[in-house]
Amino acid sequence: MADKNKHVDEISGVETTGHEWDGIRELNNPMPRWWVYTFYATIIWAIGYAIAYPSIPLVREATKGVLGFSSRAEVAVELANAKAAQAGQLEKIASSSLQEIIADPQLQQFAVAAGESAFKVNCAQCHGSGAAGSKGFPNLNDDDWIWGGSPDEIYQTIAHGIRYAGDDETRVSEMPAFGDMLTTDEMRQTAAYVVSLTGTPSAPELVDKGKQLFADNCASCHGVDAKGNREMGAPNLADAIWLTGEGEQAVINQMKAPKHGVMPAWLPRLGDETVKQLTVFVHSLGGGE
Amino acid sequence: MKYTLEMVVLAVGAFLALVGAGFAQDRAFGAHMWVLFFVLLGSTLVLMRRINFQPVAAGSAAPQSEYFDEVVRYGVIATMFWGVVGFLVGVFVALQLAFPDLNFEPWFNFGRVRPLHTSAVIFAFGGNALIATSFYVVQRTSRARLFGGDRLGWFVFWGYQLFIVLAATGYLLGITQSREYAEPEWYVDLWLTIVWVAYLVAFLGTIMVRKEPHIYVANWFYLAFIITIAMLHVVNNLAVPVSFLGSKSYSAFSGVQDALTQWWYGHNAVGFLLTAGFLGMMYYFIPKQANRPVYSYRLSIIHFWALIFMYIWAGPHHLHYTALPDWAQTLGMVFSIMLLMPSWGGMINGLMTLSGAWDKIRTDPIVRMMVMAVAFYGMATFEGPMMSIKTVNSLSHYTDWTIGHVHSGALGWNGMITFGAIYHLVPKLWNRERLYSVRMVNWHFWLATLGIVIYAAVMWVAGIQQGLMWREYDDQGFLVYSFAETVAAMFPYYVMRAIGGSLFLAGGVLMAFNVTMTILGRVRDEAPILGAAPLPAAAE
Repeated sequence: MADKNKHVDEISGVETTGHEWDGIRELNNPMPRWWVYTFYATIIWAIGYAIAYPSIPLVREATKGVLGFSSRAEVAVELANAKAAQAGQLEKIASSSLQEIIADPQLQQFAVAAGESAFKVNCAQCHGSGAAGSKGFPNLNDDDWIWGGSPDEIYQTIAHGIRYAGDDETRVSEMPAFGDMLTTDEMRQTAAYVVSLTGTPSAPELVDKGKQLFADNCASCHGVDAKGNREMGAPNLADAIWLTGEGEQAVINQMKAPKHGVMPAWLPRLGDETVKQLTVFVHSLGGGE
Repeated sequence: MKYTLEMVVLAVGAFLALVGAGFAQDRAFGAHMWVLFFVLLGSTLVLMRRINFQPVAAGSAAPQSEYFDEVVRYGVIATMFWGVVGFLVGVFVALQLAFPDLNFEPWFNFGRVRPLHTSAVIFAFGGNALIATSFYVVQRTSRARLFGGDRLGWFVFWGYQLFIVLAATGYLLGITQSREYAEPEWYVDLWLTIVWVAYLVAFLGTIMVRKEPHIYVANWFYLAFIITIAMLHVVNNLAVPVSFLGSKSYSAFSGVQDALTQWWYGHNAVGFLLTAGFLGMMYYFIPKQANRPVYSYRLSIIHFWALIFMYIWAGPHHLHYTALPDWAQTLGMVFSIMLLMPSWGGMINGLMTLSGAWDKIRTDPIVRMMVMAVAFYGMATFEGPMMSIKTVNSLSHYTDWTIGHVHSGALGWNGMITFGAIYHLVPKLWNRERLYSVRMVNWHFWLATLGIVIYAAVMWVAGIQQGLMWREYDDQGFLVYSFAETVAAMFPYYVMRAIGGSLFLAGGVLMAFNVTMTILGRVRDEAPILGAAPLPAAAE
């Protein structure tokens, strides 16, 4: 400890506490007033807030606070308000058929907004937030429907899913693997024919042979004109929209070891009203029939 | 023969690690034990090479200086090394968020690399900085050599490095107990507990044998940090291992109690490691570097006790609007608000200590760095209480705003004050007249400041936009954005954040170079900073 005489810092003229550690001294300045008063203010505010809101835990439950606030009650009120704002509409959707909803412009607009919101939460993961799909996941903006694009068909697809094990009414189709039935050359010829249908140039000699192979092996499901068959979920091959990839090689791959997408059944999870809203939304995207 | 005991302990440890690897209950634990085995085996071999077979001459014990500084020198180097590693990993995870293709399965997934980053900067960089500076400060302000002999100091240092290596390799192997900032599993936690108790003994012991009548304020803060971290670490990591040779354990708590325990820990890791500990650093290095007395003793004592009393209750603000009961949320929030002024006490004392030496901000880039650190400290400790207000929190929670807040504190306050302390320490520890280059310190200052400002500003914008998009309803009461759309909207901000982080990393690399050259005894021939006293001439 330094001497008993008071030590004063020369530059500031303020007394120090008299101690020194490794050359460091401490001034004996008072605490800044504004600091002290602001500190008091926060404490007073804290006490006030603790009286107003639930704060002190007691034996069985905490003090409830004079404002009677609870976050659960707050959520309940918000949910009730939101429900109330949509009330008439939701009931109308529940009691109307899809055709009736689509025919009523106001109800249709509401259902599209609701369906879009549900789509972004439940469907965007596979079909994309703009519903444009990606490889293996159909684009819902176009008019190329594997299982049909009328409101009832869309509803059926959303409600019961595709190849979904947990639903008895789910849509099922399976393309056989032609890797064991056709030779590599035959598959190439078939693929050449298939891509030629959309105006993509291909070697003519392959196309001619492929045409016969297609008629023998593929036409039973995809149709003689290759325009598909919605009853069986066989996609249209004569348009330029490709589910599992574009070009001869992609077609060969799909013939050799076909990929089959799975879509869950949404009716048990979302309920009839939401599936209806989703249906109206998807139907409104551009390709609805 | 020196190191006999150390070698035996290391060799036995290596053998036990090998046994652990052989009988491991799961592959991750086995791999981890192999890592431990090679680390301990390597350390044993290094010690063997240093054996001296000469007969011990009478009275030839190495002359000991007053203070045990060798461990501080190692600590400074470790701080710099882990700092650069931590910043680099940080830039990498920032790029992963912008470009997900950078997730290299499975070891370098975001989920594994992110805790590597947080632990590297908080515990490896920050922890080493605190251990090294606390050993330096406590010896000088107590006028006593480090308690417990050199062996204890070395055990703390090397034991802590072993903890870091085990934690880091564990994350990459996929070993985690999924508690934020407390990811290492039970056996690594046990090891850290032993090391931490040794640290406490060394530090507290030095204070007990001090030759000064009073305990300096920096040591109050360091001690509060060491004791509280011990308590937080032990309670939060209470868990039951599935097997004594396996890497999995289950927490002693469940449900919301578990969440609250975790955030009581997580918040106070910030409060006591990143705030109290670094305030200890500030209370020594700012008066030393500015050569001015501490502004107010009374303020220091009041804000110290207020800070450590208030901080420990503020954790529940991390769990606003969750299953946590309303009363706990209220208390977490009001204690956070009351914490504002106690936090600012440190800022006032730090800044006002410069009164009478304000010109040094212009002439001494190290002082400028420390002042910037305190300024960021003040900003972050204002932002924190504000974000704890439930209404603000309902917007900011879970968004990148929180990340920005953490980084303005971590990069601005913890980073800058540590850099300042290192620049102050290195010439003293290695007995050099000055740093290799003072101008490089200036460059480091501007690179780091620019990096932090970009980082924090971008994250504010990103976080607020994110929060607003999440809660946006259309006029019919439906959510407007899908989650994926809000993620896509973050892309430009994530790129800019990575740029800010890269600038900060560049500053860190520059410091590592500057410090290395100083340690090597080189002096750069350069003009002095404008207005500063002339530099000592280059050695050549």
